[in-house]
Parts: sequence; C-alpha cells; structure tokens
Amino acid sequence: MSGAPAEILAIVLLAATLIVAVVRPWRLPEALVSVPAAALVLAFGILPLHVAAEEARNLGPTIGFLAAVLVIAAMAERGGLFAAAGTWMAAASRGRPVALLALVFVVGSTVTAILSLDATVVLLTPVVFATAARLRLRARPHVYACTHLANSASLLLPVSNLTNLLAYRASGLSFARFGAVMALPWLAAIAVEWAVLRRFFAADLVGRGVTDGARPVALPVYPVAVIALTLVGFLVTSIVHIDPAFAAAAGAIALVLPAVRSRKVSLGNVGRAVDVPFLAFVLALGLIVSAVSYRGLGSAVDHLVPHGSSLWSLLAVAAIAAVLANAINNLPAVLLLLPAVAAGGAGPVMAVLIGVNTGPNLTYVGSLATLLWRRTLRRHEVEPPMSEFLRLGALTVPLVLLVATLALWLSLRVVG
Amino acid sequence: MLWLAEGTWEGCIDTAAPLIPEDARVSLLYVVPEDVLHAAGAAAEGLIGRWRPRLGPTEQMAGEATASGEALVAAAAGLLGRAGVGQVIRRGRVEREVVRAAEAADLLVVARDGDRSRLGPHSLGPATRFVVDHAPCSVLLVWPDEVPDADSIPPPPEGRRRDRSASPHEPYPPHASLGEPPPLEKSGNDPR
Repeated sequence: MSGAPAEILAIVLLAATLIVAVVRPWRLPEALVSVPAAALVLAFGILPLHVAAEEARNLGPTIGFLAAVLVIAAMAERGGLFAAAGTWMAAASRGRPVALLALVFVVGSTVTAILSLDATVVLLTPVVFATAARLRLRARPHVYACTHLANSASLLLPVSNLTNLLAYRASGLSFARFGAVMALPWLAAIAVEWAVLRRFFAADLVGRGVTDGARPVALPVYPVAVIALTLVGFLVTSIVHIDPAFAAAAGAIALVLPAVRSRKVSLGNVGRAVDVPFLAFVLALGLIVSAVSYRGLGSAVDHLVPHGSSLWSLLAVAAIAAVLANAINNLPAVLLLLPAVAAGGAGPVMAVLIGVNTGPNLTYVGSLATLLWRRTLRRHEVEPPMSEFLRLGALTVPLVLLVATLALWLSLRVVG
Repeated sequence: MLWLAEGTWEGCIDTAAPLIPEDARVSLLYVVPEDVLHAAGAAAEGLIGRWRPRLGPTEQMAGEATASGEALVAAAAGLLGRAGVGQVIRRGRVEREVVRAAEAADLLVVARDGDRSRLGPHSLGPATRFVVDHAPCSVLLVWPDEVPDADSIPPPPEGRRRDRSASPHEPYPPHASLGEPPPLEKSGNDPR
C-alpha cells in the first residue's frame, strides 16, 4: 500500500493506538491494540521492513534503558526511599508551609531528574500529600508542585523522561554532556515554577503544621548508595563510550538481587516493575509513528519546523513541540519531531524536549487525553474540576518555555 | 457552622468560641479538596501506557484525605470544648461545598487566609473569597491570629492620584481625606 491510503491508514492506526492507551477499555493493556496495529503497518507495507528494522534497532537500547529505570524506581520505593523522604520533609520543614513547599521542590526535582517523572507522579505525589495531611497543612500547593515538576523538572538527564531517552540518541550527545547542556534550562524551569506557584498558592501556604510525633525515618542507605553509584556509572560509561543503559541495568540488578534473595520482593514484583506490555507499547508506537512520518507527514513536519540553532528558531521549535505535545500527547509528538530536527544537531533536539516536556502542564495530559477524560467524567455526571489547573498552566507554561529556551541558548554557547 | 481548613482552624476556633452564644447549635465543617486529588490522578493518567498500580494516586489519597479531615474536625471539637457539636465532612470543590453546607445554617464562621500581615487589599484566598461572596447565610469573618493595626493598609498611590486629578475627565473629584488611612472609622466605632 502506498500514497494517500497508506498515510490515512497509518494515521487511523495511530489514533486508535492513542485512544485505547488513554481510555483503556476494560483496563486492557495498551499493547493489545498497539502491537497488532504495528503488525498491520508492517503487513500492509506502509512501513518498509528495512526502515522498521532500523527504527527497532534505534528503539531497542532505549527500551532496555527504560526498563532498568522503571525497576530502579520501583525497588527504591519498596526499599522505603519515598516514605523516608516524606518523613524527612515533614521534620525539616518544622511545620512551616513555605519551607515544606521548598523541600517538595528539592525532592520533586531530584526524584524527577534521577528516577524519571513517572516516579514523581506515581510514587512521590501520594507521599507528599500524606506528609502535608499529617502536618495538617493544606496539600494543594504541594500536590500541584509535584504534578508540575514531574514535567518541568524532567529536562536534566536522559533518564528523567521517556521523551529524553528517545531524543538522547538523536542528539548525538554523551550522557554527561546532555546533563551539562540541560542543567541551566532545568534550573531555569524550576525557578519559574517556584516563582509562580509561591504566589499562586500564597493563600494556601498559611499557618503552622503540627510536628509532634513526626520522627524522620532514616534514609535507606542501600538503595540511595546504588542510585548514587548508578549516576556515577552514567558519567563513567559516557566518558569511555559505553552505552549508559548498561549502568542502569547494573543498578537495577544490584537493587533486585538482594531484595529477591531476602524474599522481600518476588520475581512477580520484578516482572511487574519491568512492565513488558509497556515496553512493547513503546516499540509499537515508535513503529506506527515512523510509518505516519514515512508516508508524508515527516516531510510536512520537516517544512514546518525551523532549522538551525539561533535563539528564534530554538524558541519556535520549543513552541511547536509544546503545541504538538498538547494536541496528540508528548510521546508521539517527540517521535514525530525528532527526524525533522535531528539533522540540526543538539540545539533543536533539546528545544523539542523543552517543548514536549514542559508543554503538557498546559492541559492535564495533552488535549486528546483531556477530551476523552472529560467525556468519561461527564458520563459519570462529575464536572471535571480543571479551571485551577488550567489557570496555573497558562501562567507557567509560556514563561517556562521562554526562560528555559533562553537558558538552553546560553548553555549551548557555553557548553557547546 | 464553622468552616475549618488546615492552617487556620485553631485560630478560627479560638477567636469564634467566645462569640458563640451558649444555646447555639454548633457544627464543624471540613471539605476534602477533591479537585486536588483529581489533579494528581490526572497527572498519572497522562503517563499513557505506564505504571498501572491497582490504585491510582486519587484513590490512594482519597481515604487519607477523609481520615485527616475527620481528625482535624475531631481535634477542633476538642479545642472548642462544648457538648453536642456536629461534625460534617464533605467532598468536592471546597468553596462550592461550603456554600451548600451553609444553606441550613444561620451563621457561617469563616477564617481569613492569605496574607494576614496587613489589612487588605485582596487579602482573602480564592476559596474564602468565593464563600464570603456566595454564602446563603450571614457570615462572620474572623482573624485566626493577631489582627494587624490600621496603619498596615498600604498607602494609596499618591502620584497617580494627583495625575488623575489633573485630568478633566476624572469622574470622582479626589477628596483630601482619601489620601490618608481613615482615622474617622475608628473613632466612629467607639461606643461613647
């Protein structure tokens, strides 16, 4: 199949994959639709086999890397890292709400950067909520800080966000250089979030929490040490030109083996943490987007996206990426944009990441998902309470995009 | 009915307790902020394809939120030290639930939040402002802590006022006393 029908079928398959991933009828795994859809793409010849093989070769190590990071985060949670962080924040804040918000920013940004945004959203947010509730402080500013930082603070390292992992190879940067280039944009994005959230929630950052009986639990030494060594491993592997995915794998194994041996964790738990259906979903999504791109949309995107590393073209790329991330969700957005910008070097690739990573704070989950979610809620006669989230997004996202891209431009000048 | 929220509930009880008549029927209200739980849940929904724990963050947090609200209201009832105090826990959008709950009340006691280091302007938080604006009964707005003195009102922007008075289109001719924080009000309220 070729021409317009091929492109239309590819887009239909992409839409079906995304809708099923968001709606999840009967809580079926997303891979149940995305994998057959990818198979159709190959069977109908929408994506030639040699292109598919090339794409799979690129995605393979990324997916392995992702699996290792998922395992590290899950094992750290089982090791009590997040619970300990919660009690530490409670004690160190001494019940002062602004101090607690500052600590949530520090912990949230660190967890997002090292253990990925998934860890912040799924593992840290409930802990932060419980911490605020235990202190009898209003949870609102702290919970919103987590949801925002999960996106804005996911700029720093390739492991911080799946989008970064996908772009990491296209950027041509080593792991350490990626971090060096993104350090300034990362800090800039966090600073903007702080300045806005601190004011936006000023009325909720009131009173003094109850601190009696809040004894900090000791930070679990072993998981922290393994994570620190894994970070060192990322640096070392990038210096000696080994794939840093091996450092991540070593870290994951170092956390899993003792836990399994002492029967704290079953092999089933580890299997669930690796999340094979999700890895299959990412691979299938990559192939489907590649087909959509191959059949014409790729060259359209290529025309649309400015090339070069001037400040204006970086800003334009970041803005386009942010809009696309909100229109179709950031995973397909980054897959679609990468081929167009990769030739321009690290600058435009990083600008895409600023857009797709911080852009989703504008709506809940990208507008496709938002629409579907709102519809589901209405069916249950619940009016989705979105106005506050949307107002906060409208205040932060354009400013974060602007300041972080400016920081990227500066950073590229300094770090190169 | 007293609306209690984290950060101001103790001050609210302390200030309001002496003002409540002996024979009044008192109930204490706490609203679980469902929109916050939804925001956390939606962020997890956004991670398409990943991390499907059996309980999403919203469900995980909902139980905890209700329990901590109940604990807060119980602690407040203890602080109030009266018999037969009603305890009401609601869930939903905070400001709207407070207005609904106040429908049956004669008087709603609300604690100020926001910047309490000075008097006005725009000192109330959004939810509190909504409640004061929409309450279906009389509202008693209390300071949960020390009341700042009247000098804490920020001075009016002198320069702009003079500029405006120079304009022939100024609809309200400025009065000389408008430039000062009004001392009139204080002496006027003195029960002499």
